[in-house]
Amino acid sequence: MRNQIIAKAAAVAMTALVPGVAFAGGPVDDELVIDGEIQMITRAAPPEGHPLDEVLSGWLYRTDETRMLETDTFENPGMLEVQDGADLWNTVDGTAGKSCASCHGDAEESMAGVGARFPKWDEASNRPINVELQINKCRTEEMGAEAYKFDAREQKALTAYVKHQSLGTPVAIDLAEGHMQSWWDRGNELYYTRTGQLNLSCASCHEQNNGNYIRADHLSQGNVNGFPTYRLKQASLVSLHNRFRGCIRDTRAEFPAAFSDELMALEVYVTWRGTGLSVETPAVRQ
Amino acid sequence: MSWKPRAFLACLIVGLPALAAADELAPADVKFDDMSVSQPLTSQPGDPENGRKVFANRSLGNCLACHAVKEQIEQLFHGEVGPPLDGAADRWSEGELRAIVADAKEVFSEETVMPGFYSLNVGVDVREDLVGKTILTAQEVEDVVAYLTTLKE
Repeated sequence: MRNQIIAKAAAVAMTALVPGVAFAGGPVDDELVIDGEIQMITRAAPPEGHPLDEVLSGWLYRTDETRMLETDTFENPGMLEVQDGADLWNTVDGTAGKSCASCHGDAEESMAGVGARFPKWDEASNRPINVELQINKCRTEEMGAEAYKFDAREQKALTAYVKHQSLGTPVAIDLAEGHMQSWWDRGNELYYTRTGQLNLSCASCHEQNNGNYIRADHLSQGNVNGFPTYRLKQASLVSLHNRFRGCIRDTRAEFPAAFSDELMALEVYVTWRGTGLSVETPAVRQ
Repeated sequence: MSWKPRAFLACLIVGLPALAAADELAPADVKFDDMSVSQPLTSQPGDPENGRKVFANRSLGNCLACHAVKEQIEQLFHGEVGPPLDGAADRWSEGELRAIVADAKEVFSEETVMPGFYSLNVGVDVREDLVGKTILTAQEVEDVVAYLTTLKE
């Protein structure tokens, strides 16, 4: 009895003294409903050949406070930049005197579900194309405007706006198009390649250790259904290729250029790993 | 080349050759026998106090990123990727601890997530300024090993 009391007191003392000490919990058992009406899929059955038993959104790995921010579009700090994207959609730019809306009309109709199917095969460039590069293609080929530079404010905002039109739609890319399968193969190989002085692969953290804490970070499966995602740490939208580069940098490695063949292959593969999860753009993360 | 009269005197007192203070094994010369490295990497004994700091420091060992240890409860965040290290010295000998810290892949398997802290068997595309360099110095490894040998339950 006395021992029990001491053990209890010790446990209470530990909790009180070190609130930051993390304990294993894995993903939470919670449902994501946005604005009380959009039921989001945060747990999905894996596609054939997937190494994990269940595909889980990174939302399930975040704190109560962070998760809450994503349930309300007025509370979601990423929505400010999405609103910028809406303005850009309707802004005429370039020598042809066009805006996105000139050809695509109302994005809420024309872009519904579109972001959930990117990256797609692009016949003209003979490689996969993502939303950022598709926007640049429209700008240079249809609008007579300059391509946005990687991570320009406009690129992140417009990409997020386009993907936000798929909010709730399950991610489903088509690997049967063109040579998508061989890019998936390359991405699969990169996912398991250890990089840098720390000698870690994507799989070291996001496959073998999702649900565990690495110091203060709760490791998720690394799914990308919420990108561009609002990161509280950076207080802005963060693009997928920016995050890829950040992770690779953290292994103490040189990192590939944004939109390089390596990172496009990785985007194809990692997007596939999140098949079936709702597009959450702009997701809110730590 | 800096002349360290104090180190020189210390070596004289304990009867070691003066140059021994600077001796250390190169990563490729570390001998793993039966999951153990019995020979210290440096001639200077490990300092457990410094090892404790290297263990927690995010830009040095950052061992706490993956391992919890009650002895450092004042540190806020302890990881869960590897096993807790309370009582590590009861489970492993000094030589085994040295082997695990220097290159865990030599002890467990190539599959282990644990980086080799004194190994050049690293991943691809190592950051240019780190090519040919180990995560910790030989002395830092000895210091961490000295700290780990204090973790008894």
